[in-house]
Amino acid sequence: MDRIILHCDANSFYASVECLYNPAIRHRPVAVSGDAQARHGIILAKNEIAKRYGVKTGEAIWQARQKCPELLCVPADFSLYVRFSRKMRRIFEQYSDRVESFGLDEVWIDLSQPGLCWDEGVRMAHALRRRVREELGITISVGVSFNKVFAKLGSDMKKPDAVTAIAPDRFRELVWPLPAGDLLFVGPSTRRKLAAINITTIGDLARFDPALLQSRLGKNGLTLSAFANGEDRSPVMPSDQRMAIQSIGNSTTPPHDLTCEEDARCLYTLLAESVAARLRAEGLRARCVSISARTAQLSTASCQCMLKEPTNLTDEIAQAALGLFAGRFGGHFPYRSVGLSCSHLSPDNAPIQLDFTGNEEKRMRLEQLERSIDGLRRRYGHQIVQRGVVLCDRDFAQINPVENHTIHPVPFYAG
Amino acid sequence: MSVHRESAAKLYVKVRADFTLDGRIVPLMLRTEDGPACRIDRIVDVRPAPSLKAGGQGMRYTCRVGERTLMLFYDEPYWFIEADDSR
Repeated sequence: MDRIILHCDANSFYASVECLYNPAIRHRPVAVSGDAQARHGIILAKNEIAKRYGVKTGEAIWQARQKCPELLCVPADFSLYVRFSRKMRRIFEQYSDRVESFGLDEVWIDLSQPGLCWDEGVRMAHALRRRVREELGITISVGVSFNKVFAKLGSDMKKPDAVTAIAPDRFRELVWPLPAGDLLFVGPSTRRKLAAINITTIGDLARFDPALLQSRLGKNGLTLSAFANGEDRSPVMPSDQRMAIQSIGNSTTPPHDLTCEEDARCLYTLLAESVAARLRAEGLRARCVSISARTAQLSTASCQCMLKEPTNLTDEIAQAALGLFAGRFGGHFPYRSVGLSCSHLSPDNAPIQLDFTGNEEKRMRLEQLERSIDGLRRRYGHQIVQRGVVLCDRDFAQINPVENHTIHPVPFYAG
Repeated sequence: MSVHRESAAKLYVKVRADFTLDGRIVPLMLRTEDGPACRIDRIVDVRPAPSLKAGGQGMRYTCRVGERTLMLFYDEPYWFIEADDSR
Protein backbone atom coordinates (compact mmCIF):
# COMPACT_ATOMS: atom_id res chain seq x y z
CA MET A 1 0.00 0.00 0.00
CA ASP A 2 1.35 3.45 -0.91
CA ARG A 3 1.70 5.87 1.97
CA ILE A 4 -0.18 9.19 2.06
CA ILE A 5 2.15 11.86 3.39
CA LEU A 6 1.49 15.57 3.67
CA HIS A 7 4.07 18.31 3.95
CA CYS A 8 2.62 21.56 5.29
CA ASP A 9 4.61 24.75 4.92
CA ALA A 10 3.32 27.95 6.55
CA ASN A 11 3.63 30.71 3.93
CA SER A 12 5.98 33.55 4.94
CA PHE A 13 5.41 32.36 8.50
CA TYR A 14 7.01 35.09 10.64
CA ALA A 15 5.77 37.89 8.36
CA SER A 16 2.24 36.42 8.22
CA VAL A 17 2.00 36.32 12.02
CA GLU A 18 3.27 39.91 12.28
CA CYS A 19 0.74 41.09 9.69
CA LEU A 20 -2.04 39.22 11.49
CA TYR A 21 -1.24 41.01 14.74
CA ASN A 22 -0.81 44.42 13.15
CA PRO A 23 -3.58 45.21 10.63
CA ALA A 24 -2.03 48.64 9.90
CA ILE A 25 0.96 47.09 8.11
CA ARG A 26 -0.92 44.31 6.31
CA HIS A 27 -1.08 46.08 2.96
CA ARG A 28 2.52 47.26 2.94
CA PRO A 29 5.74 45.43 2.04
CA VAL A 30 6.83 43.91 5.36
CA ALA A 31 9.94 42.01 6.37
CA VAL A 32 10.80 40.45 9.71
CA SER A 33 14.46 41.11 10.40
CA GLY A 34 17.14 40.61 13.01
CA ASP A 35 18.37 43.51 15.12
CA ALA A 36 20.49 45.79 12.90
CA GLN A 37 22.05 47.50 15.95
CA ALA A 38 23.34 44.16 17.20
CA ARG A 39 24.62 43.46 13.64
CA HIS A 40 21.97 40.78 13.05
CA GLY A 41 20.34 42.90 10.37
CA ILE A 42 19.26 40.30 7.88
CA ILE A 43 15.84 39.52 6.44
CA LEU A 44 14.33 36.47 8.17
CA ALA A 45 10.98 36.48 6.35
CA LYS A 46 8.96 38.74 4.08
CA ASN A 47 5.30 39.03 3.10
CA GLU A 48 3.91 38.49 -0.40
CA ILE A 49 4.08 42.22 -1.25
CA ALA A 50 7.78 42.45 -0.31
CA LYS A 51 8.40 39.27 -2.28
CA ARG A 52 7.07 40.96 -5.40
CA TYR A 53 9.84 43.58 -5.06
CA GLY A 54 12.42 40.78 -5.07
CA VAL A 55 13.23 40.95 -1.34
CA LYS A 56 14.96 37.70 -0.37
CA THR A 57 15.36 35.86 2.91
CA GLY A 58 18.93 36.01 4.19
CA GLU A 59 19.96 39.27 2.54
CA ALA A 60 20.98 42.35 4.53
CA ILE A 61 18.35 44.97 5.33
CA TRP A 62 20.20 47.61 3.28
CA GLN A 63 20.21 45.31 0.23
CA ALA A 64 16.46 44.70 0.60
CA ARG A 65 15.82 48.46 0.94
CA GLN A 66 17.63 49.08 -2.33
CA LYS A 67 15.01 46.97 -4.09
CA CYS A 68 12.11 48.22 -2.00
CA PRO A 69 12.74 51.61 -0.33
CA GLU A 70 9.38 51.58 1.50
CA LEU A 71 10.06 48.16 3.04
CA LEU A 72 8.87 48.05 6.63
CA CYS A 73 11.22 46.00 8.83
CA VAL A 74 9.76 44.71 12.07
CA PRO A 75 11.81 42.98 14.78
CA ALA A 76 11.34 39.24 15.22
CA ASP A 77 9.18 38.06 18.11
CA PHE A 78 10.13 34.41 18.41
CA SER A 79 7.96 33.63 21.42
CA LEU A 80 4.89 34.57 19.35
CA TYR A 81 6.04 32.40 16.41
CA VAL A 82 6.67 29.42 18.70
CA ARG A 83 3.19 29.87 20.14
CA PHE A 84 1.64 29.90 16.65
CA SER A 85 3.70 26.92 15.60
CA ARG A 86 2.27 24.96 18.55
CA LYS A 87 -1.27 26.00 17.67
CA MET A 88 -0.74 24.77 14.11
CA ARG A 89 0.69 21.51 15.36
CA ARG A 90 -2.31 20.99 17.63
CA ILE A 91 -4.57 21.14 14.56
CA PHE A 92 -2.35 18.69 12.64
CA GLU A 93 -2.31 16.24 15.54
CA GLN A 94 -6.06 15.87 15.23
CA TYR A 95 -5.47 14.13 11.90
CA SER A 96 -2.61 11.79 12.80
CA ASP A 97 -0.26 10.92 15.65
CA ARG A 98 2.63 10.89 13.16
CA VAL A 99 3.47 14.58 12.89
CA GLU A 100 7.12 15.52 12.45
CA SER A 101 8.23 19.14 12.70
CA PHE A 102 10.92 20.52 10.41
CA GLY A 103 11.68 23.90 11.95
CA LEU A 104 8.89 26.13 13.27
CA ASP A 105 6.91 26.42 10.07
CA GLU A 106 7.06 23.02 8.36
CA VAL A 107 5.70 19.60 9.28
CA TRP A 108 5.24 16.22 7.71
CA ILE A 109 2.07 14.29 8.52
CA ASP A 110 1.63 10.60 7.74
CA LEU A 111 -2.08 10.03 7.12
CA SER A 112 -1.73 6.41 5.93
CA GLN A 113 -4.16 3.96 7.44
CA PRO A 114 -5.93 0.89 6.12
CA GLY A 115 -8.85 1.81 3.91
CA LEU A 116 -7.86 5.46 3.39
CA CYS A 117 -7.72 6.09 -0.33
CA TRP A 118 -5.60 8.65 -2.17
CA ASP A 119 -8.52 11.02 -2.98
CA GLU A 120 -9.55 11.00 0.67
CA GLY A 121 -5.99 12.03 1.61
CA VAL A 122 -6.13 14.96 -0.82
CA ARG A 123 -9.52 15.98 0.60
CA MET A 124 -8.05 15.91 4.12
CA ALA A 125 -5.18 18.12 2.92
CA HIS A 126 -7.71 20.71 1.72
CA ALA A 127 -9.66 20.48 4.98
CA LEU A 128 -6.48 21.06 6.94
CA ARG A 129 -5.47 24.03 4.80
CA ARG A 130 -8.91 25.61 5.27
CA ARG A 131 -8.86 25.02 9.03
CA VAL A 132 -5.49 26.72 9.48
CA ARG A 133 -6.71 29.73 7.50
CA GLU A 134 -10.05 29.99 9.27
CA GLU A 135 -8.84 29.27 12.81
CA LEU A 136 -5.38 30.86 12.83
CA GLY A 137 -5.63 33.52 10.11
CA ILE A 138 -2.47 32.44 8.28
CA THR A 139 -2.08 30.28 5.20
CA ILE A 140 -0.20 27.06 4.45
CA SER A 141 0.72 25.22 1.28
CA VAL A 142 0.37 21.49 1.37
CA GLY A 143 2.13 18.84 -0.69
CA VAL A 144 0.50 15.40 -0.81
CA SER A 145 2.58 12.46 -1.95
CA PHE A 146 3.68 8.91 -1.16
CA ASN A 147 7.01 9.89 0.41
CA LYS A 148 8.43 12.78 2.42
CA VAL A 149 10.73 14.12 -0.30
CA PHE A 150 7.99 14.50 -2.95
CA ALA A 151 5.52 15.84 -0.36
CA LYS A 152 8.02 18.61 0.44
CA LEU A 153 8.56 19.26 -3.25
CA GLY A 154 4.77 19.51 -3.69
CA SER A 155 4.34 22.11 -0.96
CA ASP A 156 6.80 24.36 -2.83
CA MET A 157 5.00 24.04 -6.19
CA LYS A 158 1.89 26.08 -5.48
CA LYS A 159 1.76 28.95 -2.95
CA PRO A 160 0.07 30.39 -0.95
CA ASP A 161 -2.95 28.56 0.51
CA ALA A 162 -2.83 25.67 -1.95
CA VAL A 163 -2.61 21.90 -2.21
CA THR A 164 -0.42 20.06 -4.72
CA ALA A 165 -0.80 16.31 -5.08
CA ILE A 166 1.97 14.14 -6.54
CA ALA A 167 0.43 10.70 -6.99
CA PRO A 168 2.54 7.54 -7.44
CA ASP A 169 1.39 7.17 -11.05
CA ARG A 170 2.01 10.82 -11.98
CA PHE A 171 5.33 11.74 -10.35
CA ARG A 172 7.32 11.28 -13.57
CA GLU A 173 5.34 13.92 -15.42
CA LEU A 174 5.11 16.32 -12.43
CA VAL A 175 8.49 16.00 -10.74
CA TRP A 176 10.98 14.97 -13.38
CA PRO A 177 10.88 18.22 -15.42
CA LEU A 178 11.78 20.28 -12.28
CA PRO A 179 15.35 21.55 -11.78
CA ALA A 180 17.58 19.16 -9.79
CA GLY A 181 18.22 21.97 -7.29
CA ASP A 182 14.58 21.74 -6.10
CA LEU A 183 15.22 18.31 -4.58
CA LEU A 184 15.93 18.07 -0.85
CA PHE A 185 19.70 17.86 -0.19
CA VAL A 186 20.73 19.34 -3.53
CA GLY A 187 22.47 22.54 -2.52
CA PRO A 188 24.54 24.89 -4.72
CA SER A 189 27.65 22.69 -4.51
CA THR A 190 25.88 19.43 -5.45
CA ARG A 191 24.01 21.30 -8.18
CA ARG A 192 27.32 22.38 -9.71
CA LYS A 193 28.67 18.83 -9.56
CA LEU A 194 25.48 17.52 -11.20
CA ALA A 195 25.59 20.19 -13.90
CA ALA A 196 29.15 19.11 -14.71
CA ILE A 197 27.80 15.68 -15.74
CA ASN A 198 24.86 17.21 -17.61
CA ILE A 199 22.24 16.58 -14.93
CA THR A 200 19.98 19.61 -14.74
CA THR A 201 16.54 18.16 -13.97
CA ILE A 202 15.27 15.67 -11.41
CA GLY A 203 14.41 13.40 -14.36
CA ASP A 204 18.06 13.47 -15.53
CA LEU A 205 19.07 12.48 -12.01
CA ALA A 206 16.55 9.62 -11.89
CA ARG A 207 17.70 8.18 -15.22
CA PHE A 208 21.43 8.48 -14.47
CA ASP A 209 23.30 5.27 -13.57
CA PRO A 210 23.32 5.14 -9.71
CA ALA A 211 26.76 3.48 -9.57
CA LEU A 212 28.25 6.26 -11.68
CA LEU A 213 26.50 8.84 -9.52
CA GLN A 214 27.99 7.22 -6.43
CA SER A 215 31.46 7.43 -7.91
CA ARG A 216 30.94 11.19 -8.38
CA LEU A 217 29.03 12.12 -5.20
CA GLY A 218 29.74 9.26 -2.80
CA LYS A 219 26.94 7.84 -0.67
CA ASN A 220 24.88 10.98 -1.26
CA GLY A 221 24.72 10.05 -4.95
CA LEU A 222 22.78 6.86 -4.21
CA THR A 223 20.44 8.72 -1.87
CA LEU A 224 19.67 11.38 -4.46
CA SER A 225 19.12 8.77 -7.15
CA ALA A 226 16.62 6.98 -4.89
CA PHE A 227 14.87 10.27 -4.04
CA ALA A 228 14.50 11.20 -7.71
CA ASN A 229 12.95 7.78 -8.42
CA GLY A 230 10.41 8.14 -5.61
CA GLU A 231 12.09 5.52 -3.44
CA ASP A 232 12.42 7.57 -0.24
CA ARG A 233 11.24 5.30 2.57
CA SER A 234 12.12 7.49 5.57
CA PRO A 235 9.33 7.40 8.15
CA VAL A 236 7.44 10.35 9.63
CA MET A 237 8.44 10.39 13.29
CA PRO A 238 5.51 10.00 15.72
CA SER A 239 4.60 13.11 17.74
CA ASP A 240 5.82 11.81 21.06
CA GLN A 241 9.15 10.43 19.85
CA ARG A 242 12.15 12.69 20.39
CA MET A 243 14.79 12.62 17.74
CA ALA A 244 18.18 11.50 18.98
CA ILE A 245 20.50 14.49 19.26
CA GLN A 246 23.45 14.23 16.90
CA SER A 247 25.30 17.41 17.78
CA ILE A 248 25.04 20.41 20.05
CA GLY A 249 26.35 23.75 18.90
CA ASN A 250 26.09 27.50 19.24
CA SER A 251 27.21 30.39 17.12
CA THR A 252 27.19 34.10 17.68
CA THR A 253 27.66 37.35 15.79
CA PRO A 254 29.10 39.61 18.50
CA PRO A 255 28.46 43.38 18.69
CA HIS A 256 31.86 44.02 17.06
CA ASP A 257 34.26 41.99 14.90
CA LEU A 258 36.92 39.76 16.45
CA THR A 259 40.22 41.54 15.90
CA CYS A 260 42.75 39.64 18.06
CA GLU A 261 43.54 36.34 19.81
CA GLU A 262 42.12 37.79 23.04
CA ASP A 263 38.69 38.28 21.38
CA ALA A 264 38.78 34.74 20.04
CA ARG A 265 39.66 33.33 23.48
CA CYS A 266 36.81 35.26 25.06
CA LEU A 267 34.16 34.21 22.51
CA TYR A 268 35.15 30.57 22.15
CA THR A 269 35.15 30.26 25.96
CA LEU A 270 31.66 31.74 26.03
CA LEU A 271 30.47 29.33 23.35
CA ALA A 272 32.23 26.35 24.99
CA GLU A 273 30.54 27.21 28.28
CA SER A 274 27.12 27.24 26.66
CA VAL A 275 27.69 24.04 24.67
CA ALA A 276 29.10 22.24 27.74
CA ALA A 277 26.09 23.33 29.82
CA ARG A 278 23.72 21.99 27.17
CA LEU A 279 25.65 18.70 26.97
CA ARG A 280 25.31 18.30 30.74
CA ALA A 281 21.62 19.20 30.62
CA GLU A 282 21.05 16.49 27.99
CA GLY A 283 23.17 13.93 29.93
CA LEU A 284 25.76 13.70 27.16
CA ARG A 285 29.50 13.90 26.53
CA ALA A 286 31.16 14.67 23.19
CA ARG A 287 34.33 13.46 21.50
CA CYS A 288 34.46 15.76 18.50
CA VAL A 289 34.80 19.54 18.60
CA SER A 290 34.17 21.62 15.45
CA ILE A 291 34.59 25.35 15.08
CA SER A 292 33.62 27.75 12.35
CA ALA A 293 34.49 31.36 11.66
CA ARG A 294 32.95 33.79 9.22
CA THR A 295 34.85 36.69 7.72
CA ALA A 296 33.49 40.18 7.16
CA GLN A 297 32.99 39.14 3.49
CA LEU A 298 30.61 36.43 4.80
CA SER A 299 32.71 33.47 3.70
CA THR A 300 32.72 30.70 6.28
CA ALA A 301 35.30 28.01 7.01
CA SER A 302 35.24 25.24 9.58
CA CYS A 303 37.47 22.51 11.00
CA GLN A 304 37.24 19.82 13.65
CA CYS A 305 39.29 17.56 15.92
CA MET A 306 38.76 14.47 18.04
CA LEU A 307 39.38 14.50 21.79
CA LYS A 308 41.10 11.70 23.73
CA GLU A 309 38.15 11.30 26.10
CA PRO A 310 34.50 12.27 25.72
CA THR A 311 33.85 15.48 27.66
CA ASN A 312 31.25 17.94 28.88
CA LEU A 313 33.74 20.33 30.50
CA THR A 314 34.04 23.94 29.38
CA ASP A 315 37.83 24.11 29.64
CA GLU A 316 38.49 21.00 27.56
CA ILE A 317 36.09 22.10 24.83
CA ALA A 318 37.44 25.67 24.86
CA GLN A 319 41.05 24.48 24.67
CA ALA A 320 40.29 22.21 21.73
CA ALA A 321 38.46 25.07 20.00
CA LEU A 322 41.28 27.54 20.59
CA GLY A 323 43.86 25.01 19.40
CA LEU A 324 41.87 24.60 16.18
CA PHE A 325 41.46 28.34 15.82
CA ALA A 326 45.18 29.04 16.25
CA GLY A 327 46.04 26.39 13.66
CA ARG A 328 43.48 27.33 11.02
CA PHE A 329 42.28 30.89 11.50
CA GLY A 330 44.87 32.66 13.68
CA GLY A 331 46.50 35.72 12.13
CA HIS A 332 43.73 36.30 9.57
CA PHE A 333 41.62 38.72 11.60
CA PRO A 334 39.01 40.25 11.56
CA TYR A 335 36.14 37.74 11.87
CA ARG A 336 32.47 38.64 11.94
CA SER A 337 30.98 35.61 13.67
CA VAL A 338 32.12 32.34 15.20
CA GLY A 339 30.54 29.01 15.98
CA LEU A 340 31.35 25.92 18.02
CA SER A 341 29.70 22.54 17.92
CA CYS A 342 30.26 19.16 19.60
CA SER A 343 29.39 15.78 18.09
CA HIS A 344 30.15 12.03 18.45
CA LEU A 345 27.98 12.07 21.55
CA SER A 346 27.76 9.39 24.22
CA PRO A 347 25.69 9.20 27.42
CA ASP A 348 27.36 10.70 30.50
CA ASN A 349 26.68 7.58 32.55
CA ALA A 350 28.88 5.41 30.32
CA PRO A 351 31.74 3.76 32.29
CA ILE A 352 34.91 5.82 32.67
CA GLN A 353 38.46 4.41 32.77
CA LEU A 354 40.05 5.72 36.01
CA ASP A 355 43.81 6.30 36.12
CA PHE A 356 46.60 6.33 38.73
CA THR A 357 47.53 9.97 38.17
CA GLY A 358 44.23 11.24 39.56
CA ASN A 359 43.41 13.07 36.35
CA GLU A 360 39.96 11.46 36.06
CA GLU A 361 39.17 12.38 39.66
CA LYS A 362 40.06 15.98 38.89
CA ARG A 363 37.77 15.91 35.86
CA MET A 364 34.91 14.54 37.97
CA ARG A 365 35.38 17.35 40.52
CA LEU A 366 35.42 19.92 37.71
CA GLU A 367 32.16 18.50 36.39
CA GLN A 368 30.61 18.83 39.86
CA LEU A 369 31.76 22.45 39.96
CA GLU A 370 30.28 23.21 36.55
CA ARG A 371 26.99 21.56 37.50
CA SER A 372 26.84 23.80 40.57
CA ILE A 373 27.33 26.83 38.32
CA ASP A 374 24.52 25.53 36.06
CA GLY A 375 22.29 25.42 39.16
CA LEU A 376 23.20 28.96 40.19
CA ARG A 377 22.50 30.27 36.70
CA ARG A 378 19.16 28.49 36.54
CA ARG A 379 18.07 30.16 39.76
CA TYR A 380 19.64 33.61 39.48
CA GLY A 381 20.28 34.19 35.77
CA HIS A 382 23.20 33.69 33.41
CA GLN A 383 25.24 36.71 34.52
CA ILE A 384 25.37 35.65 38.21
CA VAL A 385 28.68 33.79 37.69
CA GLN A 386 31.09 34.67 34.91
CA ARG A 387 34.55 33.56 33.90
CA GLY A 388 37.32 36.13 34.16
CA VAL A 389 38.28 35.65 30.51
CA VAL A 390 34.89 36.79 29.22
CA LEU A 391 35.05 40.02 31.23
CA CYS A 392 37.93 41.37 29.15
CA ASP A 393 35.42 42.88 26.71
CA ARG A 394 32.31 44.54 28.07
CA ASP A 395 30.30 43.97 24.85
CA PHE A 396 31.14 40.28 24.75
CA ALA A 397 30.35 39.79 28.44
CA GLN A 398 26.68 40.67 27.71
CA ILE A 399 26.28 37.76 25.28
CA ASN A 400 24.31 34.83 26.63
CA PRO A 401 24.48 32.10 24.02
CA VAL A 402 22.29 29.66 26.00
CA GLU A 403 19.22 31.86 26.18
CA ASN A 404 19.75 33.80 22.97
CA HIS A 405 17.63 32.59 20.13
CA THR A 406 18.89 29.46 18.39
CA ILE A 407 16.97 27.51 15.79
CA HIS A 408 18.20 23.97 15.90
CA PRO A 409 18.98 22.27 12.63
CA VAL A 410 16.83 19.20 12.32
CA PRO A 411 18.38 16.13 10.77
CA PHE A 412 16.23 14.66 7.99
CA TYR A 413 16.95 11.12 9.07
CA ALA A 414 16.15 10.00 12.58
CA GLY A 415 19.49 9.31 14.26
CA MET B 1 3.70 39.38 26.64
CA SER B 2 4.22 39.23 22.94
CA VAL B 3 0.51 38.82 22.11
CA HIS B 4 -0.29 42.13 23.82
CA ARG B 5 -0.24 44.43 20.79
CA GLU B 6 -2.19 47.66 20.63
CA SER B 7 -4.05 48.61 17.47
CA ALA B 8 -6.60 51.26 16.57
CA ALA B 9 -9.42 48.75 16.28
CA LYS B 10 -8.59 46.75 19.41
CA LEU B 11 -9.98 47.30 22.89
CA TYR B 12 -8.61 45.23 25.72
CA VAL B 13 -11.34 44.44 28.24
CA LYS B 14 -11.76 43.04 31.74
CA VAL B 15 -13.89 39.92 31.84
CA ARG B 16 -15.78 38.12 34.57
CA ALA B 17 -16.21 34.47 33.63
CA ASP B 18 -17.35 31.05 34.77
CA PHE B 19 -14.81 28.24 34.65
CA THR B 20 -17.08 25.24 34.26
CA LEU B 21 -16.50 21.77 35.67
CA ASP B 22 -15.86 20.40 32.18
CA GLY B 23 -13.07 22.91 31.60
CA ARG B 24 -14.84 25.52 29.48
CA ILE B 25 -14.59 29.26 30.06
CA VAL B 26 -17.91 31.11 29.79
CA PRO B 27 -17.59 34.91 29.86
CA LEU B 28 -20.46 36.57 31.78
CA MET B 29 -19.60 40.29 31.90
CA LEU B 30 -17.08 42.56 30.24
CA ARG B 31 -15.84 46.06 30.85
CA THR B 32 -13.49 48.38 28.95
CA GLU B 33 -10.92 50.30 30.98
CA ASP B 34 -13.13 53.31 31.69
CA GLY B 35 -16.54 52.16 30.45
CA PRO B 36 -19.51 50.65 32.22
CA ALA B 37 -19.82 46.90 32.82
CA CYS B 38 -21.87 45.06 30.16
CA ARG B 39 -23.70 41.87 30.90
CA ILE B 40 -23.37 39.23 28.18
CA ASP B 41 -26.90 38.01 27.48
CA ARG B 42 -26.09 35.07 25.28
CA ILE B 43 -23.11 33.38 23.65
CA VAL B 44 -24.09 32.46 20.11
CA ASP B 45 -20.90 30.79 18.93
CA VAL B 46 -17.46 29.78 20.23
CA ARG B 47 -14.53 28.84 17.98
CA PRO B 48 -10.84 29.58 17.44
CA ALA B 49 -10.54 32.43 14.91
CA PRO B 50 -8.36 35.34 13.85
CA SER B 51 -9.46 38.92 14.32
CA LEU B 52 -8.58 40.48 10.99
CA LYS B 53 -10.03 43.81 12.08
CA ALA B 54 -8.29 44.24 15.44
CA GLY B 55 -5.25 42.06 14.81
CA GLY B 56 -4.77 38.90 16.85
CA GLN B 57 -6.07 35.38 17.20
CA GLY B 58 -7.68 33.33 19.92
CA MET B 59 -10.91 31.72 21.07
CA ARG B 60 -13.69 33.87 19.60
CA TYR B 61 -16.94 34.25 21.52
CA THR B 62 -19.80 35.72 19.50
CA CYS B 63 -21.85 37.44 22.21
CA ARG B 64 -25.21 39.15 22.34
CA VAL B 65 -25.17 42.24 24.56
CA GLY B 66 -28.61 43.84 24.44
CA GLU B 67 -29.33 44.48 20.79
CA ARG B 68 -25.71 44.26 19.71
CA THR B 69 -23.47 41.39 18.64
CA LEU B 70 -19.92 41.54 20.00
CA MET B 71 -16.87 39.56 18.95
CA LEU B 72 -14.96 38.83 22.16
CA PHE B 73 -11.54 37.20 21.80
CA TYR B 74 -9.51 35.33 24.38
CA ASP B 75 -5.91 35.55 23.18
CA GLU B 76 -4.37 34.04 26.29
CA PRO B 77 -3.96 35.65 28.76
CA TYR B 78 -5.73 38.75 27.36
CA TRP B 79 -9.32 39.45 26.35
CA PHE B 80 -10.17 41.99 23.66
CA ILE B 81 -13.06 43.16 21.50
CA GLU B 82 -13.05 44.72 18.06
CA ALA B 83 -13.37 48.44 18.74
CA ASP B 84 -16.20 49.37 16.35
CA ASP B 85 -18.44 46.77 17.89
CA SER B 86 -18.19 48.37 21.32
CA ARG B 87 -19.88 51.59 20.32
